[in-house]
Amino acid sequence: MKFLRDILDKQHPKFAKGGKLEKFYALYEMADTFLYTPGTVTKEASHVRDGMDLKRMMITVVVALTPCILIAIFNTGYQANLAMDQMGVPEASGWRETVIALLGSGYDPSSIWANFIHGLLYFLPIFLVCNLVGGFWEGLFASVRGHEINEGFLVTGMLFPLILPATIPLWQVALGISFGVVFGKEIFGGTGKNFLNPALTGRAFLFFAYPAQISGDQVWVAVDGFSGATPLGAAINGGLPAIEKLYSFSDALIGFIPGSIGETSALACLFGAIVLIVSGVGSWRIMLSVLIGAMGLSALLYFVGSSTNPMFSISPLWHLVIGGFAFGLVFMATDPVSSAMSETGQWIYGILIGMMVILIRVVNPAYPEGMMLAILFGNICAPVIDYYVVKANIKRRKIRNAQ
Amino acid sequence: MLETYLNLLVQSIFIENMALAFFLGMCTFLAVSKKVETALGLGIAVVVVQTITIPANYLIYAYILKEGALSWAGMPNTDLSFLGYISYIGVIAAMVQILEMVLDKYFTSLYNALGIFLPLITVNCAILAGSLFMVERDYNFPESVVYGIGSGAGWAIAIVVLAGIREKMKYSDVPDGLKGLGITFITVGLMAMAFMSFSGIQL
Repeated sequence: MKFLRDILDKQHPKFAKGGKLEKFYALYEMADTFLYTPGTVTKEASHVRDGMDLKRMMITVVVALTPCILIAIFNTGYQANLAMDQMGVPEASGWRETVIALLGSGYDPSSIWANFIHGLLYFLPIFLVCNLVGGFWEGLFASVRGHEINEGFLVTGMLFPLILPATIPLWQVALGISFGVVFGKEIFGGTGKNFLNPALTGRAFLFFAYPAQISGDQVWVAVDGFSGATPLGAAINGGLPAIEKLYSFSDALIGFIPGSIGETSALACLFGAIVLIVSGVGSWRIMLSVLIGAMGLSALLYFVGSSTNPMFSISPLWHLVIGGFAFGLVFMATDPVSSAMSETGQWIYGILIGMMVILIRVVNPAYPEGMMLAILFGNICAPVIDYYVVKANIKRRKIRNAQ
Repeated sequence: MLETYLNLLVQSIFIENMALAFFLGMCTFLAVSKKVETALGLGIAVVVVQTITIPANYLIYAYILKEGALSWAGMPNTDLSFLGYISYIGVIAAMVQILEMVLDKYFTSLYNALGIFLPLITVNCAILAGSLFMVERDYNFPESVVYGIGSGAGWAIAIVVLAGIREKMKYSDVPDGLKGLGITFITVGLMAMAFMSFSGIQL
């Protein structure tokens, strides 16, 4: 690997201060630190307790996301193949048909390989567009404003494709990630300085700007004209019986249900949660308190019951496995930048999000799914929660030390 | 009965939030939201003003201005509702004057922190809008009290949350052209998006 180092070192003067390509230093720095450990070291006595830095943190999230991505790709293909089987459509249309014919993988919903390839052909374009466009904004702001391109974007670029439906037009992906990265993060100064989760900001923007492509029954399965309701979509009219008629609990748990690309599998999210908690990257307090808030309120509503609102009949356990709840709980609510920082604050923040999700799902007929808006709502409240927690701490210590 | 009032309260605080759903009272909302303490003070002031002016304006509207309201004085055909705006604003102005004197006497630090924005509550559109919505939606007296508390509290919550975010944003690195009000406008827009979670709730 010596030659790679040599190449990079040779390029360094051009990008350094006063060099010809000074403006693009951020890009050079990104390539360098992506391949090698950063060369800067602490010169004086330091107080480092752990080698945890932003890079390791973000890479851990990417590792935690891997099972979600794999199941996402498989399920996208599986749902599409299943739908084609039901409708009697022999093959996909457009360029995907050509590629599948070339690979000879076919459209058999019982073949893992066929499902995986078909899903990949939907996931990959969205993923690429998202990372190219988002990376462009990240690079532009980094170059002009002179900060580093850091791994924070890597996570946003992975999360964003996973929370979109598979059929979303690619230009909307580009628009959404642009809004998320620029208005959700970069105008506040980049990673660590924003107050909303960038991926969710982008999705919320798309949700309100182009509801036809991101909600309803038509968009979740990647086959033209196929109407496959998500469990939550089905529950609006029929409650729990309507879900159980369509999907079994184990399917919902493993993730073989229609929904946004990566949100369907609660099991994969559980794996992610374990990785994040063990490595200390995600806050277990937030995950637990969101769970408590949501389970508590949904149990209450479940036992109270309602004759007019079928959503009351969904049991807490079902709430956990359908929609984006598990995914948001593990990967979105725990975002270390936009969540509450203080320990007490994290409990309050989590319970607030948990209760909001159930409230939006059950009481608000305008939105079948509540996780996205609940987390955004939690994000905007987080600074105030922290403020009052810190103030209460100061007050308590003052009283304690007064005597 | 109680349920109606509870619904109205929730509706006026969250679903029809004065600041984040109607974008009313923006001038003070943006200007006095730099610190949580001051924002909370102003928020409470707005709650007090709303809670008193809306029912007061209701009484004026129902017993003097509304068409046929003067029948108790023997003038059943008089319609004075064209005097609505000026009467409501008059009540609000008087109310704010009294509030100002009270704050000056008993809460001097808050009075100084609010500065010019306290008298400006008089022309805060959220306050006038409260009275006008009350007329438009035909609230009765208890409803107008609940609506006054709710609409004021909703605005207060919004400004405190915004102030929390702005205090945190001291650590942000905002581009020069957007510093100050620019980024605050964008922040309010993003907050409004998050508050959309309430829109559509049927009570």
